[in-house]
Amino acid sequence: MVSLSQYLILAAALFAVGVVGVFLNRKNLVVLLMAIELILLAVNLNFVAFSHYLWGMSGQVFVFFILTVAAAESAIGLAILIVLFRNRRTINVDDFDTLKG
Amino acid sequence: MTFESAIFYFFAAVLLGSAAMVVTIRNPVKSALFLVLAFVSAACLWMLLKAEFLAIVLVLVYVGAVMVLFLFVVMMIDVNLAVLRQGFGDYLPVGGLVAVLMVVEIALAVGPKQFAADHLAHAAANAAHPHYSNTRALGLLLYTTYVYPFEIAAVILLVAIIAAIALTMRRRPDTKYQDPARQVEVRAKDRMRIVKMRAEPKA
Repeated sequence: MVSLSQYLILAAALFAVGVVGVFLNRKNLVVLLMAIELILLAVNLNFVAFSHYLWGMSGQVFVFFILTVAAAESAIGLAILIVLFRNRRTINVDDFDTLKG
Repeated sequence: MTFESAIFYFFAAVLLGSAAMVVTIRNPVKSALFLVLAFVSAACLWMLLKAEFLAIVLVLVYVGAVMVLFLFVVMMIDVNLAVLRQGFGDYLPVGGLVAVLMVVEIALAVGPKQFAADHLAHAAANAAHPHYSNTRALGLLLYTTYVYPFEIAAVILLVAIIAAIALTMRRRPDTKYQDPARQVEVRAKDRMRIVKMRAEPKA
């Protein structure tokens, strides 16, 4: 029997891998977006696990909305990424320092 | 170890392994593909949690649409990987420390003491309903209690579509376009001249 805490610890580990991904790939904008997707997946895993073990559907409805917003976020994020690449010929985060003053 | 926990550990290992590959591998195309593997194994875990509808939505929407979008973008833009990988491991000690601390703290908070399976007796109730349909239950909830959030979600997707198109669409001056208005304006007499001439018999 798999317990709820196992799922929660797995989600915590997945979240941590996503955070390490943000630390490691701080220059590559595409992999940064992928790390954010991993973090969102960890959150969704938590919601589904709680929904199953507490026997309530609200958690799954919430996951549905998170998936919607995450899909919109990655679509707009990638569109911005393409516009940035078109204008600057790079996706290195260090090069986007125009607002630094 | 029961069969269920064997499945759990297998998919959890695949999920964590592929997530680690996503953030460490050199080639962004490969990391997008490993992200696909991570999503699929997460979908299998959701199946184990009896969230079938969301598991299939995760595969169809995420793997089918969002990850294809990622792959598209990764393959379209031509990046200099050497520059992007410069100082790759610089923040690994700090990041690893933060990650380990985070996992330990969360594990202390949500460990077996607080969230053991036998503390939550409802899990067994799931098996008691042979005709239970996860999709039906989710749909009933989504179209009654959560109908306004559902419509807002639809509007969010519409905004995302419009934003993505508005951001990336551009008219290039050197590309040749067809103009349907000018095409239908054309009359035969503009293009073709009928010449009257006498028939000449073959000699």
